[in-house]
Amino acid sequence: MRAPVPNGRFAAAVAVLALTAACSEVGNSPYASGAERSNTFFTAFQERSPKYLDPTSSYSNDETPYTYQIYEPLYGYHFLKRPYALVPRAAEAVALPRYYDADGKELPASAPGGTIAHSVYDIRVRKGIRFAPHPAFARDSAGNPAYHSMRREDVADKYRIDDFRQNGTRELTAHDYVYAIRRLATPRIKSPSFSLISEYIVGLKEYGERIVEVDRQLRKGLSPTDRDLPMLDFRQHAFAGAEALDEHTLRIRIKGKYPQFKYWLAMTFFAPVPWEADKFYAQPGMAEKNLSLNYWPIGTGPFMLVEYEENRQHVLARNPNFRGEPYPCEGEARDRAEGLLEDCGKNTPFVERVVFSVEKETIPLKTKFFQGYYDSPVVERLDVGTEYLVEMTDSKDKLAEYRRKGVRLPSTIEANNWYVGFNMLDPVVGWGKTPDERARNRKLRQALSLAIDWEEYIQIFEQGQGMAAQGPLPPGLFGYRDDGPAAFNPIVYRTLDGRSERRPIEEAKKLLAEAGYPEGRDAKSGQPLVLNFDYQRALTPAIRPRMAWYQKQFAKVGVQLEIRATDYNRFQDKMNKGTIQIYFWGWLADYPDAENFLFLLYGPNAKALTNGNGENNSNYQNAEFDRRFELMKFEDDGPVKARLIDEMIAIAQHDAVWSFGYFPTSAAAFHQWVYNGKPTQIIRNHIQYLRVDPQLRAQKVAEWNRPLWWPVWLIALALAAALLPALRAYRRRERENAARTLAGSAAPAGAAD
Amino acid sequence: MLSYILRRALYGVLILIGVNLFTFVLFFTVNTPDDMARLNIGGKRVTQEAIEKWKVERGYDKPLLYNARDDGLRALSNTIFFERSVQLFALRFGASDSGRDIGYEIRQRIGPSLAVALPTFALGVMATVCAALLMVFFRATYLDFWGVTLAVVMMSISSLFYIIVGQWTFSTLLRLVPISGFAGGWDLFKFLALPVVIGVVARLGYDALLYRTMFLEESGKDYVRTARAKGLSEQAVLFRHVLRNAALPILTSTVAVLPLLFLGSLIMESFFGIPGLGSYTIDAINAQDFAVVRAMVFLGSALYIVGLVLTDISYTVADPRIRLA
Repeated sequence: MRAPVPNGRFAAAVAVLALTAACSEVGNSPYASGAERSNTFFTAFQERSPKYLDPTSSYSNDETPYTYQIYEPLYGYHFLKRPYALVPRAAEAVALPRYYDADGKELPASAPGGTIAHSVYDIRVRKGIRFAPHPAFARDSAGNPAYHSMRREDVADKYRIDDFRQNGTRELTAHDYVYAIRRLATPRIKSPSFSLISEYIVGLKEYGERIVEVDRQLRKGLSPTDRDLPMLDFRQHAFAGAEALDEHTLRIRIKGKYPQFKYWLAMTFFAPVPWEADKFYAQPGMAEKNLSLNYWPIGTGPFMLVEYEENRQHVLARNPNFRGEPYPCEGEARDRAEGLLEDCGKNTPFVERVVFSVEKETIPLKTKFFQGYYDSPVVERLDVGTEYLVEMTDSKDKLAEYRRKGVRLPSTIEANNWYVGFNMLDPVVGWGKTPDERARNRKLRQALSLAIDWEEYIQIFEQGQGMAAQGPLPPGLFGYRDDGPAAFNPIVYRTLDGRSERRPIEEAKKLLAEAGYPEGRDAKSGQPLVLNFDYQRALTPAIRPRMAWYQKQFAKVGVQLEIRATDYNRFQDKMNKGTIQIYFWGWLADYPDAENFLFLLYGPNAKALTNGNGENNSNYQNAEFDRRFELMKFEDDGPVKARLIDEMIAIAQHDAVWSFGYFPTSAAAFHQWVYNGKPTQIIRNHIQYLRVDPQLRAQKVAEWNRPLWWPVWLIALALAAALLPALRAYRRRERENAARTLAGSAAPAGAAD
Repeated sequence: MLSYILRRALYGVLILIGVNLFTFVLFFTVNTPDDMARLNIGGKRVTQEAIEKWKVERGYDKPLLYNARDDGLRALSNTIFFERSVQLFALRFGASDSGRDIGYEIRQRIGPSLAVALPTFALGVMATVCAALLMVFFRATYLDFWGVTLAVVMMSISSLFYIIVGQWTFSTLLRLVPISGFAGGWDLFKFLALPVVIGVVARLGYDALLYRTMFLEESGKDYVRTARAKGLSEQAVLFRHVLRNAALPILTSTVAVLPLLFLGSLIMESFFGIPGLGSYTIDAINAQDFAVVRAMVFLGSALYIVGLVLTDISYTVADPRIRLA
C-alpha cells in the first residue's frame, strides 16, 4: 500500500504545475513571466556561443551581433543607404587621406597610385565618448585602480564580471585606438587581420617582430602552457604607423595608396582597446576563470555584455554611458514607403536589452519564432529568413499563416556568392604548360561552365531565391553595371531577341571536342574523362541530391564526375595544398568594394602558393588580370576603376576560372512588432536601430499561445475510465472466497512452471 | 566487505586507465591535433603558424603516446597521453581546448543535469513498478493484455519520436509548456515538466515489461502460494512479499545507473536546451574538444564503476543472505 502515496504526491505536483501554468496567460513561454512586456529584443544563436569577442581576434559572422554592438570602430555604414555608404561612428568624420611621395613631399589627391609612397589618415575621435562601466576602470577611494593589483586568491571566487563589485569608466581617446592597432601584432591571441593589415600600415610588420621578441622575454622561465602571463603592455612599445597626435586625433600611415583601408576602419579590428583591459585581464588566475576580453568585452558602443552563459544564453544591456545616436533620416527610395524613416532623428538604441538564447535544432527555433518568443530567429543571419521565404512561396497554408501572424521577410541580394572553381594548378582543368595545352584546358573549363545550369540549381536547391552570376562581382557594388561585363558572361550566355539566354549544350560539346575530349573521352587514349569534385561537407541525405545534380550537369557533355565529399577541415587541408581539381565554395564580402571580390582571383593571393594564407582558391595567375588589379586597387570609385573592373571580369570570364555560380537572395525575418528591420550582411551594428513594441508583442503572444487544457483532462479521464472496470474486477475478486482465488491464481503459475 | 571494495576500487583504476587509453586512441584516430586547432581557432585566415602556436600552448605539439626524443620514463611521460591523463586521476580536469575551466563548467552544469535526471529516474522507477505491479495484479485480464500490448508498442518507438511528438503536442498544439529552454526558481517546473514526462514515458514500455516478468516469476513461487494459502489479500501478497523479493533484480538495474544520473542525458538535454553535462559533452564532441571529451568519458567511467560497486553493496542490504568477500 506504499505505492499510491508517491503517486498521490506526483498527482499533487502535476496539479500545482497545471494550476501555476493555468494562472499565467501563457504556459509555453521560454522566459520568465512577463518578459514579453519588457523592452527587450529576443533572438537566438545556433550551435554554440561566439568564440571570440576580443576585437583583435573576432572575425566570424556569429560574433558580430555582440562585437559590433559593444565596440565602436571609427567608421560604420549608413543604416539605410544603398550602395553602402561609410559614415563616422566614433570618428568625427570619414577622413580623406593625404598622399606623400618617397621624399615626403605632399602629392595632390589625383596623383597616380604608383607615385604615392605613403598615405596619411588623420582621424578626429569624437569628444565625450565614455566606456561602458567595467571593473577595469574602477578606482578606490584614493583614486588608484581598484582591481589592478590582485593576487590569485583575490580572483578565486570570481567567475563573472559582475562578481567584481566596483565599476568605473573613462573617456575614450585616440590612444585607445593606437593601443588597439599595436595590439594587432600580439602573438598571444589570434589576430587574423595582422598578416594582411601589416602589409599596409607602415612599420606594423617590423613592429610585430619586435613584439614577438618582447613577448619571448616576458615569457622567460614560464612554460608554453602557462596561462598567467605578465601583461604585454603595448603602451611601452610604439611604432610610426599609428600614433595619437593629441587626445582626440589619431594618425595612421599607410604604405602607398590603399583606398579600401577606410573599410577596414569600419571593422572591429579597429575598435578601441583600453590598456586597462589588458592590465585587468592579465592578472593571475583570470585566464583560467575565462575572465578575458574574449568573454567580457569592454567597449563604448550602445550595448554592453551583462550575461555570458556559454552555449546557453547571452544578454546585452544598454550601455548607460552611451551618448545616443540619432536614427537616420534618409535612405533608399523605397524606405519611406516601408516605414523605415518613421523614427528619423530619434535617439538610438531603442531597446533596453537583447537576449540571445541557444537553439541547436531548427524545429524549436522555428516554433518559438512563430509562437512570438523570438523577435527575429537569428539576427545576424539571412539564410533563416530565406528558408521562411521559400516555405511561404511553396505552400498556401504557410503563406496564410505568415500573413496572419504578420511576419516580415524583407529580402535583398547581398555581397555574397557561391561558385564552382577550377584549380589552375591541376594538369587537366588547370592552366596548362604549353600554349596549346593552355588553350585546350581553357576550352574544357568553358565547356564545363556552360554545362552547369545555375538557373536550374537555383530553382531546385534555392527554390528560386537567387540570381545566376555572370562574373565574380555581385550587384550593388561599384563596378557592377546592368550593361557591363559583370552582368553578362559571353562565354556562357548569348543575346537572342534582346534577351540573354544560356548557350545551347551543343556549344559546350563542341568546346569539349576542341579541348581534346570529344563525347567526353580523351581523343588520344579513348578513355572517359573523369574529373574530381571536392565538396566541403560529408555526403548526408541532404547533400546527396546536390552531388547527383552536379554529376548530371557534367554528364550532359559526357564527362564523369567523381564526388569527393569530406569534412570542412580535410577540405581546407586539400585547398591549402592545392590538391583538389574542382571545388565548390563561397565568399561573403568583408566590405562593399569590388576589390574584395576580385582579390579572390589575384595571383599573389593564390592559396596553395601562400601556404593557405591567400584567398585565391583557384590559384589563378594571369599577368594581365594581376596588372589591372594592382592599378585598380589604387583607384577611387570613378571611370578608371570601372574600366579596370570591366576588363578584369572579361579576363576571368574568358579564362573560365570559375563557373560563376550564383548570388543567393538573403532575407531577414521579423515579427510585426519589430520596426526598422532592413536586411544586411555588411552593416553589423543594426540592433541599435531596431525598435520593438512590447505591448503589441505581449498581446499577440497571449493571443497565439492560449493554453489548451481540456485535452489533458480528457486523457486523464480516459485513463481513469479504463481503470474503473479493472477496479471493479479487483473488488469482485477480493470478495470471492480464498479457495476460488487460489484456484484462479494457481492456473497461470502452474502454466509458467 | 572493505577488502572487497578496495579490490574493486583497484580494478576500477585499471579499467579507467584502459578506458582513457581507448578514448585517446579513438579520438586521435579520427582527429589530428591540426584538425582540432583549425576548428578551435575558427574563422577566416587560419595560418599554419597560428595552428602551431595553438598546439604548443595546449601541449598538443608533443607525440601522442611515445616520445622518441626522450629517454627512459620521459619517453612515455612527455607525451600528450600521459600529460592529459594523469591529472584526471587527481580529478584535476584542467582547461578545455577553448580555454575554459572544465571543473567549473562541470560544477555549473551538474545542477541542471540532476534537475532533469533525478525526477525522471525517480518517477520513472515509480511509474514502471506501479505499471508492472498493476499488470501482475490484473494478470490474465483485459488490463494485463492491453497493458502488455501497449508496453510492446511503447518500447518499439524511438525516444526521438517521443521528444518530437511531445514537443509538438504539448508546446505547439496545446501550448502548455515551453518547447525548450531552462530557468531557475519556480520556472524550473515548466521547463522540466515535458522532458521529465517524456523521459518517463520513453522507458516505461521496456522497463514495465521487464519488471512484470520479474514479478510474475516471483508470484509463481512457493512462498507466494503459502501467503495466499494463509488467506492474505492479493495486495498484501504483492506489496509485502512479491515486491520485496523481486527488488533484487530491480536494484541491479537501478542502482548501477544512479551515479550516471550526474552525467545527464545527451539527447534530452540537447533537444530541450538544458545546459547540463549531457549537452556539454555533445558540444565538446562537435567542437572536437578533446580535453572535455576525455574528462567526461573519464567521469562517466568512474561513475559507472562506482555504480557497479554500489549495486554489489545494495545486494547485501536488500538480501541478508548475500555476503561480499
